[in-house]
Order: sequence, then structure tokens, then C-alpha cells
Amino acid sequence: MSKPTFVYVTHIATTIEQLWEAITSEAFMQQYWGERPLQSDWQEGSTVEQVNSAGESQTIGEVLQSEPPHQLSYTFQFFDHTQPARVRFLLEPSEHQVKLTVIHDRLEAQSYLSNSDRWTLCLGELKRLLELESMLVYVA
Amino acid sequence: MFKALSDPSRRKLLDQLYSHNGQTLGELCEHLAMTRQAVSKHLAVLETANLVVTVWQGREKLHYLNPVPIQEIYDRWLSKYDRSQLDALSQLKRTLEGNSQETDHE
Repeated sequence: MSKPTFVYVTHIATTIEQLWEAITSEAFMQQYWGERPLQSDWQEGSTVEQVNSAGESQTIGEVLQSEPPHQLSYTFQFFDHTQPARVRFLLEPSEHQVKLTVIHDRLEAQSYLSNSDRWTLCLGELKRLLELESMLVYVA
Repeated sequence: MFKALSDPSRRKLLDQLYSHNGQTLGELCEHLAMTRQAVSKHLAVLETANLVVTVWQGREKLHYLNPVPIQEIYDRWLSKYDRSQLDALSQLKRTLEGNSQETDHE
């Protein structure tokens, strides 16, 4: 196993089930992958696909592990000449929050740089959305 | 988090991880004029603040800079409309000051 390229941890005030739903949602995928989000049914062994500029679905990776709502990992490869990269999401409930760990590895330096910014932004946004949702529950 | 960042040695540790993410305690000590014990103590404070996270790789404990809390502070007090102006200002500062390190200001 190669050394992780980066590791992010955030604590989100939500339930583990809601967080799982959020990280596999189209909305989150869209936010992270931008105009060309990744699609999958997120079952172990399923393909991970991306719609290319011609509007066709292309297989770019595979779901390695899917243990709802605790663990999800999948590979993706944007260009044929690059090594496939892997991302792992680990969800661990603690008292009133869920600890979300995102581990990225096997990424080349260049794609790592652009990914790194996006992930941080995305995780911050995910936290805000989920916590806002639970605030609204209190209000309602 | 601000308390964790208030110490110059801890900021230096974060600088180290920023340039080379995923280092062991031993690797971090090599570049710092601090005892192993002091480095390990500072890392514990940074971990508590969630600014540093660790992952085991075989028998090695690797330390990673976790920028998520910094992003949250950024999101909280910076409106997205400020960002290009602030980028311009920090770019201006960087250009004028060159690549001088934090130590130069202290």
C-alpha cells in the first residue's frame, strides 16, 4: 500500500446515516467533480463512471469497498497514462458528531494539487449543509 | 485552534507538513531545532486542535496537515465576494516581501 497523499478529518454534527447519504449523493459528487461528476450505485465491485464532454458515460474506476454507513472506497483514473487514484471515506460516530476521514492515495503530484483545494472546500461545504439541515429540524 | 497556532514552533511544524505531507516524528525532528520530546508535545496539541491528523502505515505513524478547520474559519469570516480582493492583497504582500519566511518578522 502506498503512502497516503493527503488525509482530511472533519467532525460533522449529523447522523452517520445522513452523512453516508450525503457523500454518495449526486449533489456532493457534482460539487466535488464539478461539471463532470462521478456516478455509481456505490455497491462493492460496481463501476465508477464519468460523463465525458461528448455526453457519453465512461468507466473510470471501481468501488473497492462499500460498507454503508461506515466505509466507502473507490478508484478513479482520469487519463489513461496516469496511475489510478484511490479515495477512502471513513465514517465514525462519536457523541454528537460523526468523524469523517478522507484518505487519498496513489495520486500524481499534479492532480493532487488541484484535488487538494477542492476536497477542503467540499468538506467544509458538506459540514455546513448537514449541520444546517439539523438546525432546521430544531426550528421546525 | 488559535491557541494551537499561537506558538511559533507549532506553526513551523505545520509549515514542515505543508511542504512535505505525511512525515514520521523522526523525519519532522530532523528539520527542527527541538528535542524529540518537544516536537511530540507540540504535535499532540496540534492533533487536539484537529490541525494535524495521523495515519498508520505499517509500523510508521505518519502526520498530515489537516486544513479543514482552517477552511472553516475562512468560510466563517470571509465572504466569497472578498476573496479575489484578499487574494490580490496577499499576493501584493508576497510579491513585495519576496519569499521571506515567518522568522523574518519575529
